Amino acid sequence: MTELLVGTRKGLFVLEGEPGSAFEVTDRAFAGEPVEYALRDPRSGRVLASVTSPFYGPKLWYRDDPAGEWEQADGVAVPEHGEAALERIWVIATGETEGTLYAGGDPGVLFESRDGGASFELNRALWEHPTRVHWQPGAGGLCLHSIATWPGEPERLAVAISAAGVWLTDDGGATWRRGNEGLVARYVPDDTPADQVALCVHCLQRAPTRPERMFMQFHGGVYRSEDAGRTWTDIAAGLPSDFGFPLVVDPADADSAFVIPLVADLDRVTPDGRVRVYETRDAGASWTPRGDGLPREDAYLTVLRKAFARAGEGEALELYFGATSGAVYGSGDAGASWFDVATHLPPVLSVAAGERRGASAR
Amino acid sequence: MPVVRLREPLKRLAGDRAEHALEGATVGELLAALERAHPAAGGWILDERGIMRRHINVFVNGEPGGQDTRIGADDRVDVLPAISGGGA
Repeated sequence: MTELLVGTRKGLFVLEGEPGSAFEVTDRAFAGEPVEYALRDPRSGRVLASVTSPFYGPKLWYRDDPAGEWEQADGVAVPEHGEAALERIWVIATGETEGTLYAGGDPGVLFESRDGGASFELNRALWEHPTRVHWQPGAGGLCLHSIATWPGEPERLAVAISAAGVWLTDDGGATWRRGNEGLVARYVPDDTPADQVALCVHCLQRAPTRPERMFMQFHGGVYRSEDAGRTWTDIAAGLPSDFGFPLVVDPADADSAFVIPLVADLDRVTPDGRVRVYETRDAGASWTPRGDGLPREDAYLTVLRKAFARAGEGEALELYFGATSGAVYGSGDAGASWFDVATHLPPVLSVAAGERRGASAR
Repeated sequence: MPVVRLREPLKRLAGDRAEHALEGATVGELLAALERAHPAAGGWILDERGIMRRHINVFVNGEPGGQDTRIGADDRVDVLPAISGGGA
């Protein structure tokens, strides 16, 4: 049984089912409020959810018991009496040590928890980075949306910020350096000084079995790094478009990745009215469309950066993505065939997938 | 002393009490005093800059007010979610 945590513009939806047929909605939380992202920590079973109340601001919540109350995590705020306020938490990620979690958001902030998500602390080195004054937001704000841990090495971390590029640390976040060499921003003049180019990374993922390899969906470009994010090579040849938001890597195979191309930055819908996921099995040397079971006609979907997720790995890899139309699609065979998971949810902001644990919330 | 009146969910966060007599010469000072007295409500009305969240409305004795509206000892301040915050 697979569990999906689907963040939507109107609440969190928990869906459960087996690949191949529609999933059942087993719980809904934060009704009416935008849920940016939700994650079940597989180590503890705790569910964490990022909610941006239009009235009361961004909050991070957690719940251990499906029938229990949600509790607000402490410390998810930027320093008081400054010039900035926390706008949104975009992503939550599990760390490499027991109880460690990360949360990233706008304005370009990273929080770390060492108690399983009950409380968080702002990463001061990134917050006070001297280049911050030059950081520019993308259309979604100055969002830290991707957090890539390094298996077995908790001090090594990569994060991506739209549009402040990739940032790398080898000392647990005490110091940060850029990881942007090779990225080409077509949306600025060629002669713009490198340190003034806003680098709009849309999604960053690490290949766990070969951690120095990373994949990136850029704002016009799909890239791969072989040196832990220091330099990047364009691997978009063969895709119908190099614009898109999310990207998924098969954790069992460092050569396998999946993207969902959209037409272009000025037309953010699936190309040709067809919905297709593109798969590479050779680290980006070639791409194959996978659309068996997905809409083939008059389908102009937008899939946002956190709305593509996986469960399992290798031959048992399951893929799930949701669209702003409210539809969610899934594959139980690593993208070879697809099925409708849900068709009428509110606009989907994010999807997280995992093995279902414990009793149903109902 | 002026009184701040809250509805859910702010009421629950502020000790499950709807009315709060607080010291302050402006709406902003009253709201800051409220959040100090009830840390669970911290950040819900004022953001980290101390600015009232965009889709929170205040009414002083029934009249629309703002963060800088001056408050007298007998005034009543209602804090309500704004209709502008409930987007489709």
